[in-house]
Amino acid sequence: MVVPVVQAVRYSVFDWNGLGPLDDFVGLANYARALQDTVFTSAVLNNFLIIGLSIAIQLPLGLGIALLLNREIRGRGFLRVVIFMPYVLAEVVAGVVWVLLLQPNGLVDAVVEGVGLGGLTQLWLGDPEVALGTVMVVLTWKYLGLAVLLFLAGLQGVPEDVYEAAQLDGASWWQVQRRITIPLLGPTIRTWGFLSMIGSLQLFDMVWILTGGGPANSTVTMAIYLINQGTERGQYGYASAVAVILFVISLVLAVLYQQFILRRDTDSAPTPRKAVR
Amino acid sequence: MARNRALSAVAILATASVLTACGGGDSDAGGGESDGTMTWWHNSNSDPGKAYYEQVAADFEEANPGTTIEISALAHEDMLTRLNAAFQTGDTPDVYMERGGGELADHVEAGLTMDLSEAAADTIETIGSSVNGWQVDGATYALPFSVGVVGFWYNTELFEQAGITEPPATMEELDAAVQALKDAGIQPISVGAGDKWPAAHYWYYTALRECGQDVLEDAVTTLDFSDPCFVAAGEDLEGLVATEPFNEGFLGTPAQEGPASASGLLATEQVAMELAGHWEPGVMQGLTEDGEGLGEKTGWFPFPSVEGGDGAPDAALGGGDAWACAADAPPVCVDFVQHLLSDEVQQGFAERDMGLPTNPAANDAVSDPALADLIEYRDSAPYVQLYFDTAFGENVGGAMNDEIALLFAGQATPQDVVDAVQAAAGTA
Repeated sequence: MVVPVVQAVRYSVFDWNGLGPLDDFVGLANYARALQDTVFTSAVLNNFLIIGLSIAIQLPLGLGIALLLNREIRGRGFLRVVIFMPYVLAEVVAGVVWVLLLQPNGLVDAVVEGVGLGGLTQLWLGDPEVALGTVMVVLTWKYLGLAVLLFLAGLQGVPEDVYEAAQLDGASWWQVQRRITIPLLGPTIRTWGFLSMIGSLQLFDMVWILTGGGPANSTVTMAIYLINQGTERGQYGYASAVAVILFVISLVLAVLYQQFILRRDTDSAPTPRKAVR
Repeated sequence: MARNRALSAVAILATASVLTACGGGDSDAGGGESDGTMTWWHNSNSDPGKAYYEQVAADFEEANPGTTIEISALAHEDMLTRLNAAFQTGDTPDVYMERGGGELADHVEAGLTMDLSEAAADTIETIGSSVNGWQVDGATYALPFSVGVVGFWYNTELFEQAGITEPPATMEELDAAVQALKDAGIQPISVGAGDKWPAAHYWYYTALRECGQDVLEDAVTTLDFSDPCFVAAGEDLEGLVATEPFNEGFLGTPAQEGPASASGLLATEQVAMELAGHWEPGVMQGLTEDGEGLGEKTGWFPFPSVEGGDGAPDAALGGGDAWACAADAPPVCVDFVQHLLSDEVQQGFAERDMGLPTNPAANDAVSDPALADLIEYRDSAPYVQLYFDTAFGENVGGAMNDEIALLFAGQATPQDVVDAVQAAAGTA
């Protein structure tokens, strides 16, 4: 793990096109350039927006679906599979399918028109104002399954007798969920939040296929920027500097999250709960 | 004694074959001695091209005893990726494809490419001005075997429907054609601005029309774009974009992938025209079920002239592929790349529609009428300007394309394009 990071740091202080020796030392100029580039700063903002929106949308939605699917309802197994399916699908395959669905006069437009909302059709991926929203919808579709799966697993860990006791006390279903289930799900939710945050920071594949960061840089993320402006232009030194910035941001956020949010779990748990990756 | 001699002969032979084996291995890694084993990477990975190149290599081996050519026929993108890796490790194949311009200049600077100026002087003379894009500081490093130019491909039937009788020759006529098509309920032009370079080709052409050849030549070497003609080029383009001639959602439209791409829209008759290179008929064939593309309805006309511009109204924008030898390739490599540019091989190349030959002796062998128009335009053009992004290299070229795409989105001014290029080139 250490070697690539050290190498990236080393490359990042050179102006290097990938050919020949590292002989053009530029100090921190690559870093200064990245921080001054408006496309890069908008990429950072997009990443943070995606972190915020992912949690704001997927947490309530995922929780709601998990609570629903935890009850004895007809077709529960089938619904679980349906919800989880997108997460299992390869990112590239899902992306290509969405591109076809979202193209002008594609299936999505046909459906929107079919339900009588013809005025709402958009250039889903072609309009700089709309594209990021479209990407968010696809990301939610793709990753909601993971949230639901984790929450469902967490719900299995809530002991039955707690429910029985609450029911004996005359608590309503909603009260049980709010006062008992959700607090007991805390560690699972916090772990999921961590995964979601890191995933949002590293986001690349889906956006690359859907929009490539466009139109007009409206959906660019840090990883997309790294490829577009760094390696595609043969600027490996600069790309390394961007990679180091991405790494530092991820590291700082991860450490802060550990310190202030996950710590509650690790402190109280007898065996420390480790993040999956 | 005799037995001993025989034994030592066997031993010597064995040693020799081990040595040649080593030599073979070496040349595989680019360090070939004079043993005549060469590696050749090309991108004609389907027939008839693949079989043709196998034949060409076999003929050459026969005519030059002691020479062995190991061919790798790769898919285009695959080849580019592997070449890139090869350049970084210095492990280049002996014969490979160069696209010229800034990319080539980088390879030359890193000492990876052989100077062919003297050894291939005759062939260079035969090819003529097409080699310009593969010269660095006056020396020629690769021999272009296919050079095409960019122009408008159009659907002759849709033009007829809109009542357009003559392909537009000036920008005013293009505007009028756009209006006529719109009036007839036809989307006029598709452009794959999502991939950026198709949009950038418009700016390259308006720059070609606005700027004199001397200004352009100067700009390519000094990367100084302060001449006002470059801003004027952006203004011309802004004017065109303002007439809203492009397909719906063009900012996110890819160039060639799938039926909703710019090429796909033209191939499926959703739009009337598209600015693209000589590859377009081939791309469109791959995007239609019958494999015909636009078929009989395919037409071609050059980029219109711009009133008041300093540039030649018939200068062409283009580019192509050239054969190069690795710096450490065996000397026979030069003979081989010259053989690839010979009358005979280029004629065979043209007959099989593998590209647009650069050896004039092969021009007549081009069978497709639209491509024949294009070759005629190329050969009568006062000069063929290599695509700017290729000419300036990935870095400056990439910055240029990004900013031009933003101009299409209405988020950059003509001055911004010039500024972005200057900033990337460090000549601001």
